[in-house]
Amino acid sequence: MASKFQRSNRAGWLMAGPAALLIAGFVILPFFFAIMLSFTNQRLISPNPTEFTGLANYRQLLGVGTLVLDPKVDDAGAVVMKDGAPEYPAIRSYTRNNADYPNLAGMREWFSFGWGDARVFVLARDVVFMTAIINTFIFVIVVAPVQAGVALGLALLINQRLRGINLFRAIYFMPVVVSIVVVSLLWRFIYDGDSGLLNNLLGAISFGAIPKIDWLGNPHTALGAIIVMSIWQAVGFHMVIWLSGLQTISPTLYEAGAIEGASKWQTFRYITWPGLKNTAILILIVITMQAFALFAQIDVMTSGGPLDSTQTIVFQAIDRGYGKQDISGGSAISVILFVIVLTVSLIQRWLTRERT
Amino acid sequence: MASISSDNHGLRLVVRYAVLTLIAIIFIFPLVFMVVSSLKPDQQLLADTASLRAFLPVGDISLDNYWAAFKRAPVALFIFNSVLVTGVTVVLSLLLCSMAAFSFVFIGWQGRDLVLTIILATLIVPFETIAIPLLLIASKLPWLGLDGFTTGWLNSYHVQIVPFIADGLTIFLFVQYFKDLPGELIEAARVEGASWVQIYRRIVMPLAGPVLATAAILKFLAMYNQYLWPLMVVQEEGYRPVMVGLQYFFQLNRAWGEIMAYLSMITVPVLAFYLYLQRAFIASIASTGVKG
Amino acid sequence: MTKMKWIYGLALATATFGSIAQAETALTMWYHGAGNEVEAKIINQIVTDFNASQADWKVELQSFPQGAYNDSVVAGALAGNLPDILDVDGPVMPNWAWSGYMQPLQIDEALIANFLPGPKGYWDGKLYSIGLWDAAVALVTRQSTLDELKLRTPTIEKPWTAEEFQAALDAAKASGKFEYALDLGMAWSGEWYPYAFSPFLQSFGGDLIDRSTYKTAEGALNGDAAMAFGNWWQGLFKGGYVQATQDPADRDNGFAAGKYAFSWNGNWAALNSLKANADTVFLPAPDFGHGPKIGAASWQFGVSGTSKHADGASAFIQFALADKYLADFSNGIGLIPATKTAAAMTENYKDGGPMAVFFGLTEAQALVRPVTPGYVVEAKVFEKALADIANGAEVAATLDAATDEINADIEKNGGYGH
Repeated sequence: MASKFQRSNRAGWLMAGPAALLIAGFVILPFFFAIMLSFTNQRLISPNPTEFTGLANYRQLLGVGTLVLDPKVDDAGAVVMKDGAPEYPAIRSYTRNNADYPNLAGMREWFSFGWGDARVFVLARDVVFMTAIINTFIFVIVVAPVQAGVALGLALLINQRLRGINLFRAIYFMPVVVSIVVVSLLWRFIYDGDSGLLNNLLGAISFGAIPKIDWLGNPHTALGAIIVMSIWQAVGFHMVIWLSGLQTISPTLYEAGAIEGASKWQTFRYITWPGLKNTAILILIVITMQAFALFAQIDVMTSGGPLDSTQTIVFQAIDRGYGKQDISGGSAISVILFVIVLTVSLIQRWLTRERT
Repeated sequence: MASISSDNHGLRLVVRYAVLTLIAIIFIFPLVFMVVSSLKPDQQLLADTASLRAFLPVGDISLDNYWAAFKRAPVALFIFNSVLVTGVTVVLSLLLCSMAAFSFVFIGWQGRDLVLTIILATLIVPFETIAIPLLLIASKLPWLGLDGFTTGWLNSYHVQIVPFIADGLTIFLFVQYFKDLPGELIEAARVEGASWVQIYRRIVMPLAGPVLATAAILKFLAMYNQYLWPLMVVQEEGYRPVMVGLQYFFQLNRAWGEIMAYLSMITVPVLAFYLYLQRAFIASIASTGVKG
Repeated sequence: MTKMKWIYGLALATATFGSIAQAETALTMWYHGAGNEVEAKIINQIVTDFNASQADWKVELQSFPQGAYNDSVVAGALAGNLPDILDVDGPVMPNWAWSGYMQPLQIDEALIANFLPGPKGYWDGKLYSIGLWDAAVALVTRQSTLDELKLRTPTIEKPWTAEEFQAALDAAKASGKFEYALDLGMAWSGEWYPYAFSPFLQSFGGDLIDRSTYKTAEGALNGDAAMAFGNWWQGLFKGGYVQATQDPADRDNGFAAGKYAFSWNGNWAALNSLKANADTVFLPAPDFGHGPKIGAASWQFGVSGTSKHADGASAFIQFALADKYLADFSNGIGLIPATKTAAAMTENYKDGGPMAVFFGLTEAQALVRPVTPGYVVEAKVFEKALADIANGAEVAATLDAATDEINADIEKNGGYGH
């Protein structure tokens, strides 16, 4: 960009201006509104005046506390055992109407771990939201690499010259074409715990050895089921992005590689992969952001259940903002999500930076 | 086109096709289920989900669900609305976003990096979280239309189009693609006195086929599947799009056959658009002789 | 939008310049019935009849699909674009009335003296909405099932006790003839949970909220009665009487197909059950100690808070209250007409009609959901708590959390005007 020929403030602004203005008006401005709302007690529906409440929404969402408890002992001083484990006093007696622990009021147990004889209970003011954050990270950490990898594999697979390859390309892309809402509706039939296709398929290939699983109704399988479906639905799209990246690689490079007798792996490692760098960054970032925004599948398939095993950040934002009319709480969740994703993107950018 | 390469011996070919076909089955079976189910009466449809019959047009097959769907809701109107809104948005979006990306990648101007960073940051904002503020804004904006000057954008096509023309993702797609184009080409053209618009039109865009296709299909999908926004800003049936129309079929006792018929119908325009793009762009590029 | 403005302008002009010609004033109306052909036909008929019956008002109907209706109204209100007449789900009405989306009806209350209590929507002592029908839930089974399991047929006067109900479930389970003893409709998420299941809680002696103040759920939703309810509820799933996740198709057809011995379902599904098995019977809710209870109130009509023509809007609603239309809705989509006289005009609810029992159930057992603007949130919290308990969550902790969430919401809303 050193050349003076390539500098032009007027042309630059004129060409970028229309899009930038639209984004400023229809994304940035409303998002600033949302940030402001998150510091108030604004309701979706209410005759009450809006009040500035500072960080109250954030405190409610993110508040955590700990409680270290010793096991119950009986009169003789022996530890009371229940189902083979020491019994601890009910958390409820500390978090409800207990004047000695005002900082724990309204909190619930999030998780606990042993600490010598005692047990440390980690409490959260909003356990559901904490679960939503964890679930969202699990989703992103699994989906981003798997989906990008599978998509690249598919792109390489269909980037060969074979008769009828266009048909396969079209088919691999088809799930993308169908709305995620529609896909989620269809997959509910597949995952059905009773007469679902998946159960019947597994039953048939294992001659009945695999028991029927209620994929979406079981807390251990629900998130996994949604992950698999999400990858299935979106992978075709990223395949196409990889494909368009593959096609920017000059054929002369491959010819040169062939002349020098490069193996398939060497061709990929030294010609294809370096040529895909910008595409790879794009795909990684796009998948990460889309994964963080996980909502529609949850809304159609599980509504966050069973037992919060599929709660996600955006589902919580919408459930609160619209469903429970708490638009300020919902906005606070959006802001938290924004900060999380921004941090992750900055880390990603740093990891994928140009190394000189 | 180059001749078929040397590793194309019979067995390997069979294996390749087998792999491709197996993957194809994985990707297509729910859609086959959708279309096949749309031909069956509800009772049979539900009973068939337990077996391979779910994928076979067997039993009591008819187009009854389609006629019933047309009777229940103005399906053609919904599809027309969605195609119109989507089509206009895609065209404007490709134009404005590619222009912006062009500016970000090839032109040096003050504030460029900051503006680009901010735009990329908007990628992170899920639409649902700004929907309410956006509604408040849109309900007060002025508009100069065929019936003169009006205030408030509710119940119109433009309220479904304008806010979505420019978006960070589309700009990002173009930016990443333009970075891979040879910069010397642009510099040479500048040296020869070409204007920026000429370079955009004559040099960059003709090379942008793959990214145009990608951005177009992505934008098409996002727009065609809009639900929350039209629900909020459109009260008149005349402007309703397909995904809001889907709600017509979720009555207390769900008519699954009709739902499948409706889903099959609304999927057709997207599929047609993709196949058109594939033919126009991707296929043509593949034939230039790139190997994987 | 522009059309409405134009019409407002016209109305204003005619008012200002005196009535040169008696112009009709347009009233806009929103209704949740899009996609339901029969319902659309009836509501269109009422509109047509009303417009023909007088020369002052002309109602223009805009139908929405039910699943999108509430969100559309909220968005319309936020954007300042509500119609004159709207319909509202009974328990949601206080929320909309409190926030100014609705205004009291200008209807002579003597006209509705003979209405069932459920369809009358009172908030803050004023009538805000009125329904042409009510809905009721019954324990659906077949006479042959009762005979085979040797069960007493419960009556409105003498419903099953908790023990009898449990014995019935045990007998059904032991018979081995059914996949599950009871179908509660777990497949229907959303409002079905509070509508259908909170009456169980109320029969145990608990509630979503303390109705003496409407300011706290403490004690009501997590007191001893509520804990007993929660344990009973969890037992239904742990004991294998009910499935926690249900296929929607099973909800629609499972009972008719013989998968379940009993089904907890509404009058709107009754005709299908009767069609499938002629010996289908509709039993009253069991009594868990504090009387048998079922939910009341369904969709109702009201006038929007911003309507400049509340008189015209009320006139339309009053017009729609005729027995003839009550009967039309009932015959068309199986709803319970709001008056006895209308019931007598219907196929199903007249004396001796196949669903007349529902009219009796509504009269005898119906209890409206808590009449408070906070109900919308309470309903969602309750739904989640029940789903969690069904899936094995600890009862006390879950109900405590639900109580806290409801109380926090009430506080955030400044007590919801109670």
